[in-house]
Amino acid sequence: MSVTKNSENRKVTIKAFRFNAETDYLPYYKQYEMEVGKDDLILDLMNKIKWEHDGSFSYRRSCRHGICGACAIKVNGKATLACKQNAMELLNLFNNELVFEPSSKKRVVKDMIIDKSDFWEKHAKVKPFVVADVEPHPEHETKQSIAEFNNFLDSDLCIQCGACHYSCPALEVNDAFLGPAAFVAAYRFTVDTRDSAGIERLEMTAQAGQGVWDCVKCFECAEACPKEINPIEKITKLHNLQFEKRVAVSNVATRHAEGFVRSMKKHGFLDEADIVLYSEGYLGMYKHMSTAVKMIKAGKIHWNDALPWVDNVPKSKNLSEIQKLIEISMTNKL
Amino acid sequence: MSQLHYALFTGCTAKQSTPELLSSTLAVADKLGIKITILEEASCCGASHLQDFDEFLAHVLNARNICYAEKLGLTMITICNTCQLNSAMTKHALDTNPELKARVNEKLKEVGLEYKGTSEIKHFLYAIIEEYGLENVQDKVVTPLSMFNIAPFYGCHNIRPSELHHKSNGGENSYNPTSLDQLIVALEGKPVDYASKNKCCGFHVELQANHTSEVLAGNALVDAIDNNADMVVTPCPLCHLKMDTYQDSVGKVIGRDVAIPVLHMPQMVALALGCTEKEIGLNFHVQKAKQIFTEATA
Repeated sequence: MSVTKNSENRKVTIKAFRFNAETDYLPYYKQYEMEVGKDDLILDLMNKIKWEHDGSFSYRRSCRHGICGACAIKVNGKATLACKQNAMELLNLFNNELVFEPSSKKRVVKDMIIDKSDFWEKHAKVKPFVVADVEPHPEHETKQSIAEFNNFLDSDLCIQCGACHYSCPALEVNDAFLGPAAFVAAYRFTVDTRDSAGIERLEMTAQAGQGVWDCVKCFECAEACPKEINPIEKITKLHNLQFEKRVAVSNVATRHAEGFVRSMKKHGFLDEADIVLYSEGYLGMYKHMSTAVKMIKAGKIHWNDALPWVDNVPKSKNLSEIQKLIEISMTNKL
Repeated sequence: MSQLHYALFTGCTAKQSTPELLSSTLAVADKLGIKITILEEASCCGASHLQDFDEFLAHVLNARNICYAEKLGLTMITICNTCQLNSAMTKHALDTNPELKARVNEKLKEVGLEYKGTSEIKHFLYAIIEEYGLENVQDKVVTPLSMFNIAPFYGCHNIRPSELHHKSNGGENSYNPTSLDQLIVALEGKPVDYASKNKCCGFHVELQANHTSEVLAGNALVDAIDNNADMVVTPCPLCHLKMDTYQDSVGKVIGRDVAIPVLHMPQMVALALGCTEKEIGLNFHVQKAKQIFTEATA
């Protein structure tokens, strides 16, 4: 069947966020009608708004090849690298209604342009470069095996577009949090065999508030990344490295992670009362008393669940298998 | 339709602080004629925290759980998003990385097991929608939920990362999920459209980043309430725990009353299918929810 190019085109209305920090009191949305072709990118649609409708519409663009990271915006809440994303694909995903918004509405300078200074500050903080004492005139090159190189290859693809950073809900409510892009960079250079600042980065990313333990595990970063780096996978690797390299210190977060092994050894299942007690310590339990009382009243937990000599936890069948597997497979220690 | 038969991975929560999740799941399966075999051998999935401590160990233990579903030749169903995520992540890692699979199987061999990769892993929500079928569910509704505005709260670990889940969640759009909305419609309830439905509840940092946790839960609850929801419904017991049991402290942190019942997805289905009050177990909620049964069946 032959289809003419025009019949594949779709007439749509694009809604775009508009705001000029210098002149506007409040942001507003404006609608633009246009025809979208099957090969149009989101960037082409932004160009159409600017070139055919309103020359004041502002956005960042540069390479048009998915390399510079300048044109990251959100379309219907989905982090989108405008020069990489086919428009038809999103029209299909969102029933022909597209809303263009900046990556972070609270950081808007003008329309799609945001102030990314928090991103760059956090990125710089993890020393995103190889730290090494290099001879000014070395006699031979610093070699790496393919396996060593592959360890950080995908993290090295980061283009600092900020898609993950501005999709991270932990960062939105915790200003200290370094965020997924900084963690990817921290991981990338920490596992580089030429680098010598790994321990420093692991210590930095182990700190409460700013470090990986404040990650809420929502996977928004994995979903947002246009280079398919999967930042949360690197966050998990940083967690593991903190234990491997003996950087992890005993605190509520590390005991919460390690405490799962403690429970599973005893029951197979997690002991829900014990994990709170073990992580927080007896003194820290006061924070949970009012919730615990409510849960006891509702029958969700029993009053004696937290007593160490009482065992109300269900046991997995063939528990000895779990115990054996923990014994022979566990590599990390707190 | 031949009878559906699943291996149920209950997870820890359904066996401890949310007994109502297990009882309502079994009641729904019974009403729909779905056969359930509980994987009594299964352990905890690690809930992403064991993974932070020792990822390899977490893969070994999750692979062991899956082995037992494989032995039965059944699809493993989960009733917790985090169980779904961690089991599916292990399955994906082992099925795509032969070297890792061999290392894991070397350990499993010590206890006489072998991970093959033959069982699918699916959340009960998607088993109901994709395999049982919404129309078939609709036919069994005896108590329509038409008097309720129901806010679906999807929970992160069923929808993200979408590449991992797409095979088992019907290709759900993580930026605009619809499955739970469709289920609500099938039960004749009114789904509430609100921006937070696919957002994070904050459960996983309840201990180490309490403020973050409370604000995220609060944002979602307020959004549901402001859009006239009578209740929130979630397929994840961890979302339930955060959003139900912590409402008082959440309210204090965000400076708003966030009182609203938060139901498990199977409780909502059980209610519509005419299961008993005991099976639905609304008495196990911290935020009063028993009135929902009375109102629905009046």
